[in-house]
Amino acid sequence: MVKSDPLVVVVGAGPAGMAAARTLVEGGLRPLVLDKQPAPGGRMWQQPAGSRQPCGLPGHDAETAERARKEFLDLAERIDWYPGTTVVDATRGRLWAMGPGGEVDETSWDALLVAAGALDRVVPLPGWTLPGVYTLGGAQTALKALGCAVGRRVGFLGTGPLLWLAAAQHLVAGVEVAVVADTSRWTGAMRALPDLLADRARLALGLRCLRMLRGAGVPIRRGIRAAAIEGGENVTGIALATRRGPRRFACDAVAIGVGLVPQTQLLDLLDAPFDLDAESGVWLPRADRAGRTPVEKVFVAGDGARPLGAAAAALSGERAALAILEDIGRPFDRDRAARLERDLERHVRFARGLARAFPFPAGLEAGIASDTVVCRCEGVAAGAITAAVRAFGCHEVNAVKALTRCGMGRCQGRLCGLAAARIAAVTAGVALAEAGRLRAQAPIEPLPARVRRTAPDAVA
Amino acid sequence: MDEPADPPDTRFGRWVRLDGAEPEGVPFTIDGEPAEGRNGDTLLTAILTVRPDLGPLPPDRRVRAGFCLIGLCQDCWVRLEDGRRVRACTTPLEPGMAIRLETSDRAW
Ligand SMILES: Cc1cc2nc3c(=O)[nH]c(=O)nc-3n(C[C@H](O)[C@H](O)[C@H](O)COP(=O)(O)OP(=O)(O)OC[C@H]3O[C@@H](n4cnc5c(N)ncnc54)[C@H](O)[C@@H]3O)c2cc1C
Ligand code: FES
Repeated sequence: MVKSDPLVVVVGAGPAGMAAARTLVEGGLRPLVLDKQPAPGGRMWQQPAGSRQPCGLPGHDAETAERARKEFLDLAERIDWYPGTTVVDATRGRLWAMGPGGEVDETSWDALLVAAGALDRVVPLPGWTLPGVYTLGGAQTALKALGCAVGRRVGFLGTGPLLWLAAAQHLVAGVEVAVVADTSRWTGAMRALPDLLADRARLALGLRCLRMLRGAGVPIRRGIRAAAIEGGENVTGIALATRRGPRRFACDAVAIGVGLVPQTQLLDLLDAPFDLDAESGVWLPRADRAGRTPVEKVFVAGDGARPLGAAAAALSGERAALAILEDIGRPFDRDRAARLERDLERHVRFARGLARAFPFPAGLEAGIASDTVVCRCEGVAAGAITAAVRAFGCHEVNAVKALTRCGMGRCQGRLCGLAAARIAAVTAGVALAEAGRLRAQAPIEPLPARVRRTAPDAVA
Repeated sequence: MDEPADPPDTRFGRWVRLDGAEPEGVPFTIDGEPAEGRNGDTLLTAILTVRPDLGPLPPDRRVRAGFCLIGLCQDCWVRLEDGRRVRACTTPLEPGMAIRLETSDRAW
């Protein structure tokens, strides 16, 4: 490598970041790759702890995961790989990251690829802050990577493919599944079928999960209109309002989730623009088909750009890497780029089908009770948001945050930002887009108090 | 620490280990009490397989037991005996780690 080679930084070593790193190395570059996790793999291909290898879980191909991680680690000589390192701040041309020992270092970059993945989206429900309630992805992570179940009898509540997949995986792992409660209805799935046929393997996986759960006699409730998690000190059950009346299911843990939200805080700090996806109510970073954002030399790939799944994440990581090569004036394979974009189309179609089959339960979010906690970090209830909107006549979510502290806590509104915006919009009687988007602030993750970052000196 | 009205059964952990085999034990302590985790555990795994939760954390002193498990919700920060604060779900367990749950909520 020549000293003057441009420095490409990849944030995230999930399927997207790993594919990008490989493609950049093939292009003759030596990328710097950081991930806050101690091992590569991301959500889907996460390294299992110690010797724990879950076997036979539906939708979990341990061999593919292991091969992908090994392929990446084989690159180690040709990339600069920093595991256990969290990127906490970024400006044009620079970023700051906290290493495993809590030290914060600064690096420059000529091109930046944000491949930070997604987080479960949750709708605040009564009782969702009780110990024993986890995100679907959290429960799944415990099972796949930590060798644990988050409880002895787990209820699954929400909507989306992960709801069914996670429930079926728990069943196979020998964990009792109390109930699968989905806000969506079968009719939506029927209408979605043409688009879902775009990925027959994933469709078949979904149907297999459903068959397994049914075969095992797991209670399945669809078309849930309202739900509450019950318990005083701990979770004791789930109460549901179904079309056939109220139902209760006893359990000591609950996994909740209604889809995925891209993790876009770094793009936010770099002033990248976002667009509201009207159907889901999620703000997606603006990018072309190759993953270029309108901000010069800033790229986005994988679930962090748009949640399309692991296979698509790898394709988009590769595509974004080709765009980086192109934009810094390196040779790149145009045909390969076109092929990747075509392949991605299929995943976009499948995702459209999923959105139709498992629509976001906006009614559940809008109909929140005033004493239900929205912001779990600061303990702000829905009523405080409604009151602030009424009293001050404002509905913009960052103003609501300043007034109520909703979204001001340690997670920076990652979990409550969308719900807060919807509550504000509904209260004020304006369109969701009017409530805007909670902006991220540096550092995007809490730093231990003893870390004192040197001020990001005059970076132009 | 306030005594909860209905104290959860602290003899057991909240989480259940699924692997049958007993891999290598890793000794650590919680509030001075000896405990054992396993090789490859995160701090959160080690704690929640022997305890029901992480205790009450600020700002609202709500009892927390992790939520996202992937380092995003920040619901799992704990304090170590040496004064360090760490995010339990992304911190690997090391032999001899001394966790202080009783004072985890002090001085955020
Ligand atoms: C909880 C969860 C469970 C899922 N389960 C399934 C499943 O069972 N089956 C399926 O098909 N799909 C599943 N998905 C979707 C699937 O995981 C993704 O499609 C795929 O992993 C996306 O790849 P990615 O590279 O875009 O992101 P990820 O795999 O999420 O990787 C992103 C990486 O970026 C790192 N990162 C993020 N922010 C920073 C930062 N600031 N500094 C440093 N590193 C950072 C993260 O640690 C992570 O390793 C799941 C998603 C989630 C969120
Ligand atoms: S459990 Fe969410 S950050 Fe640790």
